[in-house]
Amino acid sequence: MATPAARPLGAQPGATRPARSTPPDAWLKPGIFVGSLVPLAYLVWRAATNRLGANPIAEIENELGLAGLILLVASLACSPARRAFGWTWAPRVRRELGLLAFFYASLHVAVYIFIDQALNVSAMTADVLKRPFITVGFAAMVLLIPLALTSTKQSIRRMGFKRWQRLHYLAYVAAILVVIHFFWRVKIDVSQPLIYAYVLASLFVIRAGVWLLQKRRPARPVAGAG
Amino acid sequence: MGRAASEPPGREITPEGLFVRRREFLKTGARGAATAAVTGASLVWLSGKAPPPDVPETQPALAEPVALGAPAFTVDEPQTPFQAVASYNNYYEFGLDKGDPVRTASTLRPRPWTISVEGDVLKPRTIDIDTLLQWFPLEERVYRMRCVEAWSMVIPWLGFPLSALVDRLEPTGNAKFIEFTTLNDPEQMPGLRIPVLEWPYVEGLRLDEARNPLAFMAAGLYGKMLPNQNGAPLRLVAPWKYGFKGAKSIVKIRFTSTQPRNTWNVAAPNEYGFYANVNPAVDHPRWSQAAERRIGELTRRPTLPFNGYANEVASLYAGMDLRRSF
Ligand code: HEM
Repeated sequence: MATPAARPLGAQPGATRPARSTPPDAWLKPGIFVGSLVPLAYLVWRAATNRLGANPIAEIENELGLAGLILLVASLACSPARRAFGWTWAPRVRRELGLLAFFYASLHVAVYIFIDQALNVSAMTADVLKRPFITVGFAAMVLLIPLALTSTKQSIRRMGFKRWQRLHYLAYVAAILVVIHFFWRVKIDVSQPLIYAYVLASLFVIRAGVWLLQKRRPARPVAGAG
Repeated sequence: MGRAASEPPGREITPEGLFVRRREFLKTGARGAATAAVTGASLVWLSGKAPPPDVPETQPALAEPVALGAPAFTVDEPQTPFQAVASYNNYYEFGLDKGDPVRTASTLRPRPWTISVEGDVLKPRTIDIDTLLQWFPLEERVYRMRCVEAWSMVIPWLGFPLSALVDRLEPTGNAKFIEFTTLNDPEQMPGLRIPVLEWPYVEGLRLDEARNPLAFMAAGLYGKMLPNQNGAPLRLVAPWKYGFKGAKSIVKIRFTSTQPRNTWNVAAPNEYGFYANVNPAVDHPRWSQAAERRIGELTRRPTLPFNGYANEVASLYAGMDLRRSF
């Protein structure tokens, strides 16, 4: 992956880049945006052509939920990826990945509310109150809402970076809750949720390592967004 | 090309800045497309599932079924299409995903096939499947099938009543239970290499349950021999119980005086009992059993006690606490 610093300007010695030229890595965010909509397009195509198998609602629900979890974990991996691999581009797509995770999670919950449960309020209330697997999914969804609402630069300015950052650590809590949601949902084979638990755990390890290193060398100024 | 004589007017020369920007634009586009492709492919690989294959209806036909008996032996509800019945299967011996068995069960060899009869019987023996199938006239039974995962189907089975088989096998007075064991051959069943459950798969019934007229041994569905992924060559069907009670690809039938250790009960005793009667009032610890999604329908329908067969089987459990004996 080319980092912006390594991006050559081409064989144009002396060509000064006009100020309105494309920003560094202009392709990155649109590319990730379009790519992240592919799972949705693939679902819509299979739904329209009757290729989702015998239980299409469950299939749609599961795939949307899983895409939400993957994007959420990907957004959490951005800062550790920069620390561990020097991927300076990663933190720049963190907000986008988080919002896409929120988008898929919302569709997942919408399918549950409007199709799976067909707006049966008493059944859904019982689910949230009595099924731990739904309860934790619900809690995760509730946590994701303020994060999505405060994802703008203005919010950071308004709240102050420290407070904003503290709020957005909730994304880790949400991800843990979703992994528990996944664990409690499967009948017996936990290999899939285990994968995401391991990935999350390694992100924590990297974070803890970085934190310890910074404590050891307090003189070193703390690098930007953590 | 031959325009050297006259220079093009100045405005036709692409300005250098624009040229650079166009190149940059193309490069940006190409990188964007590559990013989209990598992102999309990874996400689909991790979260998406390929469409199920079309199942050819190439199974050989079984003998013509005799006329139906009691009204409980058929259901006045639309039958689940063959394609769905044969491609949406919980059969962990062929993989953990319900879409796996239709892809992997071709390795099963349902002929030649023998079933050993053991335990508290007058005459322990080994029976060839084709001999066994000639003992009884084949009947069609259209039954509801309710999976413990809260989905259901309506399936036209072909086979014979379990009670007839029990009588023919002559259990002794000691026999209180009947136990069914599924094939345990990793060569034919790739899923056996994954130790998610204790293999071989074992299921059982109380002997009076086995003698209930609803209990059925299926060798076919939709008039044809059972597809491998549905439990060929012979499986149990107990329509008032959750689907996991229906042992598939049976190689052993054992009569015992003690309650069989059925596989799912061993795996998770607080979630799956021995009886496993369909009961909307007793939820699975992790999800509701009050409603189910009939395959092919969009919304859920209420689940019926004993899967709608209460008239036929409720008396078997008189005096029992079905919350405890779930
Ligand atoms: C109110 C909140 C939620 C509800 C009611 C809910 C409900 C469900 C249900 C019913 C299923 C099982 C679907 C089926 O098999 O029929 C499921 C699975 C799942 N959900 Fe949720 N969910 C919620 C929130 C979330 C959130 C916020 C995420 C992730 C960002 C998520 C991710 C998943 C995942 C990964 C699965 C498992 C997918 C699989 O097995 O492949 N859920 N959810």
